[in-house]
Amino acid sequence: MAILETIGLAKRFGGIAAVADVTLAIEKGARHALIGPNGAGKTTVINLLGGVLKPSAGRILLEGRDITALDRHQRVRLGMARTFQINQLFLDLTPLEAIVLAVSERLGFGFDCWRLVGRKGAVADEAADIVERFRLADVMHERTAILPYGKQRLLEIALAFACRPRVLFLDEPAAGVPEAERHELLASIAALPADVTVLLIEHDMDLVFSFADRISVLVNGALFVDGAPDAVARDPRVKAVYLGEELDA
Amino acid sequence: MTPLAADVAQRLRRRARWSGFEIAFWVVAFASIWLLPQKHLILTETAILALFALSLDLILGYAGIISLGQAAFFGTAGYFAGLVAKYGLINDPVLALVCSGLVAAALGFVTSFLVLRGSDLTRLMVTLGVSLMLGELANRYSNITGGADGLQGITVAPILGLFQFDMFGHTGYAYCLSVLFVCFLVARRLVYSPFGLSLRAIKGNALRAGAVGIPVNARLVAIYTISAGFAGMAGALLTQTTAFCSLDVLSLERSADLLLVLIIGGTGYLYGGLIGAVIYKFMQDWIATLTPQYWQFWIGLLLVAIVLVGRDRMAAWHEAARAALARFFTGAMAWRRRPALGGAAPDRR
Repeated sequence: MAILETIGLAKRFGGIAAVADVTLAIEKGARHALIGPNGAGKTTVINLLGGVLKPSAGRILLEGRDITALDRHQRVRLGMARTFQINQLFLDLTPLEAIVLAVSERLGFGFDCWRLVGRKGAVADEAADIVERFRLADVMHERTAILPYGKQRLLEIALAFACRPRVLFLDEPAAGVPEAERHELLASIAALPADVTVLLIEHDMDLVFSFADRISVLVNGALFVDGAPDAVARDPRVKAVYLGEELDA
Repeated sequence: MTPLAADVAQRLRRRARWSGFEIAFWVVAFASIWLLPQKHLILTETAILALFALSLDLILGYAGIISLGQAAFFGTAGYFAGLVAKYGLINDPVLALVCSGLVAAALGFVTSFLVLRGSDLTRLMVTLGVSLMLGELANRYSNITGGADGLQGITVAPILGLFQFDMFGHTGYAYCLSVLFVCFLVARRLVYSPFGLSLRAIKGNALRAGAVGIPVNARLVAIYTISAGFAGMAGALLTQTTAFCSLDVLSLERSADLLLVLIIGGTGYLYGGLIGAVIYKFMQDWIATLTPQYWQFWIGLLLVAIVLVGRDRMAAWHEAARAALARFFTGAMAWRRRPALGGAAPDRR
């Protein structure tokens, strides 16, 4: 059963169609990758799904419910969370504060202006779990601004995970991470719970093919090929798009 | 509980703990009621300015909303407090103060929707515009406000029916300082709550704040409303302690001075407005006795110096001074302990 569907999703910026008529179904619990050349509209699709952009046409359904008109924070509450291709972090907060914040919001304490942060419920326990899961314990009291880039990428995912998503969008999680810090990041992604549906955007084909159980290829804003990894890898049209470089490797 | 969870819980508990500096600050502030009776008039003005600056810090220092129009709330509540006292509508000053705060908060709520969108410049212009309009309205309806002559004939009843305001400002100062302290406690509670943390998150990165489920606009409306209420109480205190209210409570200069006070003291740690108000008022007082006409020259010079030196460098100096002090004390303690420990260097981390 599809947890997330788009029907004829389109986004135009002036005269340019960034995304055109994308109809996509993401199965519950899937590891779904969205790939395509630069400028294919992958991040625009994520921005439409997350509610940062309003679509020019089309609908978005979460478990059959139309969420096209909902605001960003409402979608988060329904169980959709995302990371950003370019870090969007709270630079003046510590990783711990940021995670505690996200957990508090999810538990509905966000408007509580009387109790101290982390005093209520299981906020501290849950924050500790997330810190551990994403290997942030050694830097959790540092200002986010001074963390190594790899830790910042981990925090990107940790913040999305703290919203306890049913659908998680990862927008190029490993991009730019130095080789030495890469292993930690990939291990954390691989260890995401199986019941969380993941939509991954990535240029690194090793990561895509080791992670995904389904791949959609986006070219010039339109859905080009959609299928199982080996079928996509064999598809001559996909090879043509990528000039046969990466998929052969 | 795992060690990590215990560490997390302990760290979160420690965030909001009162530091020695904070306790000392308030002990000194309350001691001044008995120790500096001849300074009570200027201290009253300082306490009112501090509360007003605290209101701006809540939106600027925590939520990142810059405003040149806090005087709108200060002045509206100031006139409200004056009118209810003059016509005997609400006689108890404390009740009148709370009502004035609520009136200002209502005005804050209504105008908050204007500052949701746009850049800093838009917000400066919108907040400035609102306070200019209110200033002209007060001028136009002089039959109610007294216009350029000010609102006269205000008599403020004794606080709680017990403490009469006096011309030396003794009662007024104790009253203003108590109100400032209560408001400060509320603000402190607020900034260490999940709500306060979410404001810092919005200031830091509104895009990500939305992506972790924070309803950004609703939070900004809430804090703008609360801040307006605080500003309004400051305005009501001024009317009550001076038994007078004039058009300058709504002036641009009042809002601009406020920004100055907060920049002198620093934003985003609650004490900035308080310390800034003390520095500003006492510098004004001191310089004005030296050069009565040109005191703003020195305030201007201080402002330029602060901006050029930069907040980060000042924080670094502060840190270095503290480290040096700590080294000195550790050294002194080690030196004193040495004989007792039989010459062995104390093993400490």
